[in-house]
Formats: sequence, C-alpha cells, structure tokens
Amino acid sequence: MRIYAVFVYLFLYAPIGIIVLFSFNAGRHASELRGLSVQWYGKALSNPFVGDAFVTSLEVALIVAILSSLLGTAAALALQRLKGSVRIFFDGLIYVSVMIPGIVIGIATLVALVTVFDFLNPWLASVWPEGVKPPQLHLGYTSVIAAHTLFTMSLVIIMVRARIAGMDRTLIEASMDLYATPWRTFYQVTLAQIYPAILAGFLLSFTFSFDDFIISFFVAGSNTTLPVYIFSSIRRGITPEVNAIGTMVLVGSLTLLMTAQYLMRDRGKH
Amino acid sequence: MVAVTSFRNVSKYYGDVTAAHNLNLDVTPGEFLSLLGPSGCGKTTSLRMIAGFDQPSAGEVFLEGECVNNVPAYRRPVNMVFQQYALFPHLNVMDNVAYGLRQLSPKPLAKEIDNRVSEMLELVQLASFNQRRIWEFSGGQQQRVALARSLINKPKVLLLDEPLAALDRKLRREMQIELQNLQRNVGITFILVTHDQEEALSMSDRVCIMQDGEIVQIGSPLDLYDRPKNRYVADFVGKSNFFEGVVGQMNKEGVDIKLDCGVSVELIANANTNDYKVGDRVCISVRPEQLTMVRDENLLSKNIAIKVRARVMNRIFLGEQTEYLLHNEQLGEFLALSSRRNELSERPFETNEIVFVAWSRDTVLILDGDE
Ligand SMILES: Nc1ncnc2c1ncn2[C@@H]1O[C@H](COP(=O)(O)OP(=O)(O)OP(=O)(O)O)[C@@H](O)[C@H]1O
Ligand SMILES: [Mg+2]
Repeated sequence: MRIYAVFVYLFLYAPIGIIVLFSFNAGRHASELRGLSVQWYGKALSNPFVGDAFVTSLEVALIVAILSSLLGTAAALALQRLKGSVRIFFDGLIYVSVMIPGIVIGIATLVALVTVFDFLNPWLASVWPEGVKPPQLHLGYTSVIAAHTLFTMSLVIIMVRARIAGMDRTLIEASMDLYATPWRTFYQVTLAQIYPAILAGFLLSFTFSFDDFIISFFVAGSNTTLPVYIFSSIRRGITPEVNAIGTMVLVGSLTLLMTAQYLMRDRGKH
Repeated sequence: MVAVTSFRNVSKYYGDVTAAHNLNLDVTPGEFLSLLGPSGCGKTTSLRMIAGFDQPSAGEVFLEGECVNNVPAYRRPVNMVFQQYALFPHLNVMDNVAYGLRQLSPKPLAKEIDNRVSEMLELVQLASFNQRRIWEFSGGQQQRVALARSLINKPKVLLLDEPLAALDRKLRREMQIELQNLQRNVGITFILVTHDQEEALSMSDRVCIMQDGEIVQIGSPLDLYDRPKNRYVADFVGKSNFFEGVVGQMNKEGVDIKLDCGVSVELIANANTNDYKVGDRVCISVRPEQLTMVRDENLLSKNIAIKVRARVMNRIFLGEQTEYLLHNEQLGEFLALSSRRNELSERPFETNEIVFVAWSRDTVLILDGDE
C-alpha cells in the first residue's frame, strides 16, 4: 500500500522537482545537468521580454484581484439577503461558473467580445464627431482583466459566502443594540469578521490570474502575459531559462496559496 | 411617575401568526419585571419591540414617555443581553465591554473608557481577565461579559432574553442571585424573559404572565400565587390541584360548591367567593402544600372544607418536603406536599397506604370555571 503512495507522489511531483533542479543547471541544455549555477535566473531576470510579460501579468493579476474581491464581496453580501429559490438559483450559477473549464470561458469570452466589438466599433465611428479619430475597441489588457475577473469573482463569492454563513446574525443586532449605526456595524462587525475570507479570495484571484494561460491565450490579443510568453518560448525549445522562470512563478504562487490557506483556517474558537 | 417603558395596545403579526396581541404594560423605573410564559407566547417578540429590532404592527411603544416607534434600535437608550450572549468573537473581553462606549459621539477619552471597563468587569467579578479571548471563557463567564457589555452605557432599561437558560442548574441559581444583587446595585430597570416560573418568582418585583401573545396577569409574585386571575395563572405559578364544579348554596358565612365528581365542598365566604353567585361554573384550586395528610382521621381539625380517603400512588422526596401523588375514587389523582417535620411524629407515608386528606375551609381559591 505504502509503495503505491510513494509512486503516486513521485509521479505528481517529480516533473516539478526536475524543473526546479534544471533551473540551476550550469550547462545550456535542458536535458543534461552540468554542475549547479544561478546564471539562468540572472538571464531570465535581465531578458526584456520576460520583464515586460512579467509586468503585464503582475498588473493584470493585481487589477483582477482588486476587482474580484470588491465585486465578489458585494455580491456575497447581497446573495445572503436573498430568499428561497432566487438565492438557490444564483448560488447554483456561481458554482457552475467555477466548474466551467477555462477553455470554454476563453472561447466564450473571445466570441462574445469579438461580436460586441464588431457591433460597437462601427456604431462608435458613426456617432463620433467628424475629424476626430474614433476609438477602436480591441482585445488586450482590458479583455484579459474582464475574463479573469469573471471567473475569480465566483471564487471570492464562494469563500466569502462560507464565512458569512458561519457568522452569527445576532452579532449584528448586538452591535446595533450597543448604539453602532448600520454603517459602523458593517465595518466593525461584518467586515471585521469576513476580511480574512476577502483577503484569501484576493490572493487566490491574484494567483489564478497570474498563472492562467488558457483564458489569456484566447483573449489577450497582442498583450503577452508571462504564461503566454513561456508557452511561446517553449516552442523554440526548453531552455534552463524557462525552468528558472517556472520555478520563480511556482515559489511565488505557492507562497500566496499558503497564505490564503492560513487566512481561511478556523481559529480554535467555538 | 412616568413609566420607563410602556406598551399601548401593541400588536405584532407575522402573516397569520399573532406573536403579540393588544399588549398594555407600564414598567416602573428601577423595577425588576419578568415576562413569563410558555414557548411561543410572544416574550421575545415583546422584548425585541422595546429594543427596536421589531416594529409593532399596531400600537405604540414608549420610552420615558416618548413614542419610539420610529426610532431605530441604535438610538434607543436600552440594552439587551442575548440568549446566546452574542459576544463579538473577533474582539477580546476589554474590547467587547468597551464596544458600547466607543460608539458614542463624542467618543469618551481612552483613559475614561479603560476606567469604565475595569469598573464593569469588577462589577461582574471578572477583573484581571480583560485581555482574554472570548472563546477561552466558560458559559457563566461569557454571561458576565455580556452583562458588563450591556450595562456599560447605563441603559434606561436592561432587556434580558432567557439569559440563564444555557447554564446548568447550580450555576443558574448562583447567577440568579448575582443578577438580583446587580440590579439593586446599579438601580437600572431590568426586564427579564423566562419560561422558568421559579426563576421569575424568585427574582422579580413583578411578573407579567403571557399566553398566546396576550398578557394574562401582572402582579407581584405573592399576588400571583395567592390571587391568580384564572386557572392558567394558578397552574403556571406553582403547582395546584384543580376541581371543576358549580356554586350550590350561598349565605353570609359560607359557600357550598358541588364538584362535578359528586363531592361537596364547604368554604368560608370572603372577597374571593363574593365574585360568584349561585349556579356559576367555577374551578377550585388547592395548592399541594395546603393539603393535610394523616393516618388517624381524629387528628383533623373541625374547620375543614373536605375530607377524603385516598391511596398513596407515588411519592417523591424533595429534601425538606415530600410530594405525594394520591388517588381518590371521586376526585381522581391529585398532589399533596407534606413537610418532613409533620411526618416526624409518625413515619413517612408508604406507597399503597390509605390516608385521610383534608383541606381547611379558608385556603381554597375559587376561579372561573370552564364554560
Ligand atoms: N420572524 C418571525 N417570523 C414569523 N413568525 C415569528 C417570527 N418571530 C416570532 N414568530 C412567531 O411569533 C410567536 C411568538 O414568538 P416569540 O419568539 O416571541 O416567542 P417566545 O415567547 O419568545 O418563545 P420561546 O420561549 O420559545 O423563546 C411564535 O409563534 C413564533 O413562531
Ligand atoms: Mg424567546
């Protein structure tokens, strides 16, 4: 029994281990290990394409995380107030949207955006004043952010909902009873209790957006995010530089995920 | 004196459910009032209308003479102790207790808040615990924190919704005494909701008995015990035996009541009996401790309303007293309470023993009978 478990874990983690190991390769080929060095990290960090893609990814992920935690929290609070079947219906929609494969979201968003752009661009051109260049809507930064937010918002809603459901409603009455206005009650009691979930949702959204390849690949247009860059450079052959980038992304993502996990843990109360 | 809080024809409906119907109540400043009644009779609803969490469907709620129907909960100078305490789990004890003070504008100085919190914690005997987390406390301690938190703003009325229901029996007894002392020390009006009649009777200045959303009777514990308005109150306030019957003969000295079971009871005329006339359906109420039990019929005094032979069906030792379940062919089953001191002369009665039971002519109470 034990031995199978060892194999399962080996199978799961060996490739990741190899990537990390080969990122320290002193040689220039990804397939043979020739001593250890951090030179590829230096190479990766000084590569302007990597730098640009990294900054793009970072900006997108940050905006996505901010938007989805704001919208997700607001939606979760509103959902809590709905009653009966309406609530069940919307809850269901949220779970469905999390389960839809990324490739479907990617294609669907792409089709939807292109259709809307095809319709809006001529209309914008027709209503714009003569002589001024009308704006051209196109795929890019904003469409990636929109597509990512669509998905990560649901994650935030689910996490915040779980936290609100565990909250005692009489606490809100207790706060009102002690002379706190509804607004003060909101941030002193409700927000004070659900902020770990919001923060965890923020980190999860950030990680998802930063690591996402499939959706970005479809809707990013000419803007390259880091995963899209890695994908295109792999086509030119796997170099230790790609391994170095992968390792850095891995470490960064794991740190954020573990922080999110830590925030969502149940603190020994009750 | 203006009542600290009052209800004027207050009703509350939830769809078809009547939670409160036409309540009228005046609470005297500084008194300890209990709302007593079985589950679902509208106690919590009444309390929540004073606190401002629920609005009456009809009628008016007053605080110190002013109608507060349109005043939100956070502007009403009353505080509540919730049944499950509702302490803020994300705050420590100090911050929980200080919560009410910090909402005031202008906000009191940090120094003053500290002083008041210490004062409150001392009052509930929890000094030196102020940095602790809430979930590190036992139920009884959480209860005290909740009390301190709701008293710190010196409310006009403190509302307590079954605050002791979650505690075990011994702790509950201790807290009852503590609550009473606390109320006397701070001089704040307390309105306590409970379905435990012993608790209501032992703690309050006045008890308000409720049934199906209506107030049945308000009075001091003694009033309610000695002069219950009807069978419901008599049954709720202490145990009692009830026998239905009709008023037979009546004259200046006494009243004769023919019970439905055929037994006839002779009573001395008094204020209570004067409310009824010949032919009225009545219900007589006899408290178990008003019954005398003897083995020898000759030991009974002459001034008795009734004397029957009964068989001891069961007995329960209650420490100083013993409760007997008795059976008489005509009266059916009824309860009698006998104190140990009385039994010392003889031995305690045994199950299946035949005894003589009597009650005196002036202790029996007449109530309205079933129509
Ligand atoms: N929010 C509500 N919606 C619908 N019905 C309600 C609501 N609150 C109370 N009721 C109904 O009103 C009636 C009185 O309820 P209330 O909570 O005041 O009773 P209570 O005397 O406090 O009972 P308990 O001793 O069980 O706490 C009950 O029949 C209850 O079902
Ligand atoms: Mg209740």
